[in-house]
Amino acid sequence: MASVLKIENLCVSVGGKPILKGVDLEVRQGEVHALMGPNGSGKSTLAYALMGHPKYEVTDGKVSIDGVDILALEADGRARLGLFLAFQYPVTIPGVKVADFLRHAVSNVRNPNRKEGEGLIPMAAFRKELKQRMTELNMDLEFARRYLNDGFSGGEKKRMEILQLAMLRPKFAILDETDSGLDSDAVRFVSESLARLTGPDMGVIIITHHERLLEFNRPSQTHVILAGRIVENGDASLAQELHDHGYANVRARHPDAAEEEARAAEEAKGKLEATGAK
Amino acid sequence: MATDLKDDVAVKDDVSIGDYAYGFNDPTDKYVFTSRKGLDKEIVGQISEMKGEPAWMRQFRLDALDIFFSKPMPSWGGDMSELNFQDIFYYVKASASQEKSWDDVPEDIRKTYDRLGIPEAEKKYLSGVKAQYESEVVYGSLQEDLAKQGVLFTDTDSALRDHPDLFREYFGSVIPSADNKFAALNSAVWSGGSFIYIPKGVKIDFPLQAYFRINSQNMGQFERTLIIVDEGASVHYVEGCTAPTYSSNSLHSAVVEIIVKRNARCRYTTIQNWSNNVYNLVTKRAMAYGDSLMEWVDGNLGSKLTMKYPAIYLMEPGARGETLSIAFAGKGQHQDAGAKMVHCAPDTYSRIISKSISRAGGRASYRGLAKVVNGATGCKSNVVCDALILDPQSRSDTYPYIEIDEDNVTIEHEASVSKIGEEQLFYLMSRGMSEAEASSMIVTGFIEPLVKELPMEYAVEMNKLIELQMEGSVG
Repeated sequence: MASVLKIENLCVSVGGKPILKGVDLEVRQGEVHALMGPNGSGKSTLAYALMGHPKYEVTDGKVSIDGVDILALEADGRARLGLFLAFQYPVTIPGVKVADFLRHAVSNVRNPNRKEGEGLIPMAAFRKELKQRMTELNMDLEFARRYLNDGFSGGEKKRMEILQLAMLRPKFAILDETDSGLDSDAVRFVSESLARLTGPDMGVIIITHHERLLEFNRPSQTHVILAGRIVENGDASLAQELHDHGYANVRARHPDAAEEEARAAEEAKGKLEATGAK
Repeated sequence: MATDLKDDVAVKDDVSIGDYAYGFNDPTDKYVFTSRKGLDKEIVGQISEMKGEPAWMRQFRLDALDIFFSKPMPSWGGDMSELNFQDIFYYVKASASQEKSWDDVPEDIRKTYDRLGIPEAEKKYLSGVKAQYESEVVYGSLQEDLAKQGVLFTDTDSALRDHPDLFREYFGSVIPSADNKFAALNSAVWSGGSFIYIPKGVKIDFPLQAYFRINSQNMGQFERTLIIVDEGASVHYVEGCTAPTYSSNSLHSAVVEIIVKRNARCRYTTIQNWSNNVYNLVTKRAMAYGDSLMEWVDGNLGSKLTMKYPAIYLMEPGARGETLSIAFAGKGQHQDAGAKMVHCAPDTYSRIISKSISRAGGRASYRGLAKVVNGATGCKSNVVCDALILDPQSRSDTYPYIEIDEDNVTIEHEASVSKIGEEQLFYLMSRGMSEAEASSMIVTGFIEPLVKELPMEYAVEMNKLIELQMEGSVG
């Protein structure tokens, strides 16, 4: 039976300021969902809150995987339940080799009850698998020996996220603007790689501004988020419309949310001016 | 009381005392000799007499004792207010003689070294071993072919007896008694330590290792090490040290003198893991001659307070000095460590890389000196120190001293302090790592550039020790 990631009335604050104001979303294994919305609408906040970043405070609502409440878990517990976040800005960990990091990660995710210091998955099998995945992703094997994201270009960092996705094979993957800041070749690479990795065993939430990623990974559902709420749901054609015409029509159809968005933007601007940041 | 270690279960049980795995102790009732507590001329004379030393050494010791009493305590560095020089045993002899076979070493002592893994390491990857227990070396070995090539690896007391000319030529030549208060103390009461001579052109592939163990309470250990690497020769010497955990303080104050002649190479690796009641106040210095290379790899994980700044004097053109230093300060620990590079000749090169980690209220200080004398043109010196602070209770300081009396030189100094990042932790945790595992991975990565310089066996040990230090670091 397909697993279900269920988000109900999720409210999230950052630094005491409400960002998400009641998000409902249900994703099944095998489905591809596009989550779109203008800057500041709360897309990345949803991604981080789902993964359990300590700065993102859940003030109301529920999130579960197959009925298991994940909000009570820290990020590692969520990862071990099969949740994955491809970061918009992957973090550098100097001195930690990609292969060592991945072996630990894979050991934990595949043996969710593993405690720190307990055995890792066997080296030989791991190496073989890593080599195979890297070859499939057309990655230089030298990557495995480099320090995690240390000195990586923007494109290399995103490839590394995709490699992690390939090795961890999560039930649910959230891709937070994995296509941002890349040139067109790199976007194409990421899009094609993702298309190869997804399938009936993976539910995907793609957060994006662009349509390229969605060309290769046609969403079964598209959600539009505005001022912290999902205001529209549709199919792939909604994503196409947003790409062609921007968010003007969406704002026109949801004047209350648009006004809220404008107010929040004014506030943020005022704050910046008050602190002399701009 | 007798500690019975008949089976592995018993060993495992009492090895774990808190986070420190080597805090166990052996009975002391079978010791051959224990001096009374305290320090005075009588004690110093007694040590010299017990050892049957020549008159000049007895006088050397007594002169050093005067210097020790005349020098004030350092006003910088760490807090030594609880260190009472009269509450320490200055000379303790646990066994009658130094043995060449582990089977002949008294059982309690042998078992301790078994637990520390020394005989096993000796079989696998060492060229020679010295095991010092309290004040004296209780076991020594050197591969036969090296002995045939003229390599000397003995305890320093035996060297004074068996190689008096070589000994007298170099002993105290790098670090005179008057260098500092603790060098004077060691000069007065020194016992044990390694004496190494590598003849011209002899290159030793596998390390020589010394292992220093303090066993009894209020113990003072004062080994004296002298290493002479003759022209074109090369050696890697490794020392490890541990002690039982007691509520009272012990003192370790060593002096290490090294002479690296033309085209020779010496690497001296320390993995210092004293228990948290040991004051570790050590003077280490090397003189490096033309086109030679001296390297200190200095890992400080244990002790209550460590003050140690391995120095290299670059005496002739082409000499190179390098210090890689790792300090880990946990609860109740202060690691005041660093390095000194003194460029005494033109075209000499030095590099200091220091990494420190502090957690659970620990304090790590980098204290270093880069000095270029007038006329030493074309020198290059590069200092990089990075500190990682794991929690708000912990502290890190940097005290870099630079003294340049010459214009035509290149001196670089970089320092960074970072806190373990919430974003780094979250990133690793989002890949299934627990918080403890993630912290440990970040720390291991932080010191990786140094650990990769170690031979594999020591790299493994260093990572294991760091993991032990990190245990219980979260929640």
